[in-house]
Amino acid sequence: MTTTTELMSTAEILGGLVSAMSTGRIRVIDLTQTLTPDFPQIALPPEMGQCWPFRIEEVSKYDERGPGWYWNNFSCGEHTGTHFDAPIHWISGRDLPNNSVDTIPVQHFVAPACVIDCSPQVKDDPDYLLTIEDIEQYESIHGRIPKGAWVLMRTDWSKRQDPEAYQNFDETGQHTPGPSAEAVRFLVEHRDVLGFGSEAIGTDAGQGYHLRPPYPCHYYMHGAGRYGLQCLSNLDLLPPAGAVLICPPLKIEKGSGSPLRVLALIGAQP
Amino acid sequence: MTMPLMRPKRKNPVLRTRQMNLPPWARGRVALGITAAAAEGRFELQTCEDCGTVQYPPREACHKCLSPRLHWREQSGEGELLSSTTLYHSNDLFFRERLPWRLGLVHLDAGPTLMVHLHGEVGDAPTRVRVGARLDRAGQAVLIGFPNEGSPHMADDKMLREMTSDPKFRKVLVTDGKTEVGQAIVRALVKAGADIVWVGHAEPWKKMGGLDDITALPQVTLVPLDLTNGRSVSELAGEIGGKVDIVINNAEVHRSFGIGARRGTDVAKAEMDINYFGLLRLAQEFGPALKGRSADGVTGSTAWVNLLSIYALSNFPPHGTFSASKAAAHSLAQCLRAEMRPAGIRVINLFPGPIDDEWNQHTPPPKLGASTLANAIVKALRDGVEDVYPGDVAQEWLERWRDNPKILERELAAGGG
Repeated sequence: MTTTTELMSTAEILGGLVSAMSTGRIRVIDLTQTLTPDFPQIALPPEMGQCWPFRIEEVSKYDERGPGWYWNNFSCGEHTGTHFDAPIHWISGRDLPNNSVDTIPVQHFVAPACVIDCSPQVKDDPDYLLTIEDIEQYESIHGRIPKGAWVLMRTDWSKRQDPEAYQNFDETGQHTPGPSAEAVRFLVEHRDVLGFGSEAIGTDAGQGYHLRPPYPCHYYMHGAGRYGLQCLSNLDLLPPAGAVLICPPLKIEKGSGSPLRVLALIGAQP
Repeated sequence: MTMPLMRPKRKNPVLRTRQMNLPPWARGRVALGITAAAAEGRFELQTCEDCGTVQYPPREACHKCLSPRLHWREQSGEGELLSSTTLYHSNDLFFRERLPWRLGLVHLDAGPTLMVHLHGEVGDAPTRVRVGARLDRAGQAVLIGFPNEGSPHMADDKMLREMTSDPKFRKVLVTDGKTEVGQAIVRALVKAGADIVWVGHAEPWKKMGGLDDITALPQVTLVPLDLTNGRSVSELAGEIGGKVDIVINNAEVHRSFGIGARRGTDVAKAEMDINYFGLLRLAQEFGPALKGRSADGVTGSTAWVNLLSIYALSNFPPHGTFSASKAAAHSLAQCLRAEMRPAGIRVINLFPGPIDDEWNQHTPPPKLGASTLANAIVKALRDGVEDVYPGDVAQEWLERWRDNPKILERELAAGGG
């Protein structure tokens, strides 16, 4: 079967895209949390190395330090704010080819996304784990997850504006949703996804350390050369299927990840 | 009897806030010996090693036998008030604003006769008094005649309160309420009659315990404060800086590594970021407002307290990067003291030995308890001292360091803690 696009020149395709964006038929949605010192960072036991939170200091602001210009210095870890995880981030992916942000094929930074809505379940259970059944249920309505697509777990967790509620710690640790070990294996082995994205602070659940294996999403996804996106927002604005994600991380030499701007292209509401 | 200080009325906001005029502060190098001792709460005078004469005022040589072999020795201060006088006029700006002011002439049992500021409870001459040295608002030693037996509210004496930084009815910021030490400081301040205690609360999502207990105290308000975040410090200063009378900076990061025990610089940076840069950020944001209200009545702004470490004096190699960060903080605190001096804000540095917390788990006792440290802070504020070495370990290290810093360095390098 010949598709429409195969009959069009690439110039026509790109021109059509630009035109659809300018008329609003294709909309651009920002899935990124703002980088601010108030946004919490991943918390590890204090004896371990720590990811730097986002910090910013003025260099000058039209003042004696620089009369005509305003600029800042900032510092943060590779895994601060809305960020990308490369396979080299995890020990299971450390020996793979092209496993760091500077060597990942750039084609992977533009890819379709499937959004599985788990927000009703998470409302009642912050520790909710995405199951294979949730995926099958999604596919029964929206069709099979295509090879090379992002799977994004919508939980509405990003609507928790208060950092304390967003982190959701108690004395047994963090309570945030994520995927089950079985669901991750299913997505990697049977759907050949590009990566997994979440709204909470990690791709794995807050209690993911207690799953088998610990942190299964990191372990299986990165072990298979797939990627992670976390601290996403606005997933509720995306259609379950049909969105295209644009998410290139910074080109850091041997970088394990990076804060980034994540954009989604979607069709206007019919 | 000293009348207990009553809660002052709220200030009339249409009146200009009185600014500080320091008391006379010029002292020669020799005279600064009295200040050095008073900074630690001691009254010392020069004693001649040859003829035993105790002399005042300080000089280069013994006024009796001309021997240059003079040593500073601690004095009991016992003596007899010979006469007293009350000033109703002064051309000095500091005293002019605080008249009337009572002075006395005291003959010490140890020999010399000296002029002192008189505590209100000291009766007319002749009477027995005890002379002590205190730092005045200029940070210089002055001599004060105390009654032999004081009443419960003697700290509220008008003259004495000009010298000290009593937390009673004052508003205090404690920069970290998440540690046991921070919580003990808060409780000690409340007990000492502090009006408001703002308690810094960084990374509120991390539950450390104990915070609920102090938050339940009516004087306590938790405030978001993260010393690694310049914006957080400046926002809080904008909000409450104009009301804070005492800053107590107890926030610290303490890890137990030398150079070789930990790869990279991330831990050392975290220590510097709080212990050194945290103090810098705090001083830049809270310093100006504090300086602007230092003569604002009996509960004006008055002091800045830094929790340093005895390791600031000489590096303790097992906690090497922590020691370095505290040495940096100590140096900066000296700068802060110099910059606060024109306003009469006292900068108090505490140099404790190991504190009994989880980061000193492997350190054998004696270790300083949180409440002991907290009480030392309140005492320092009340006594008007500026350098405090609380606990046996700190005292012993200080003695060894004063005796010979090189020997102490060698002992510490050889594992002699």
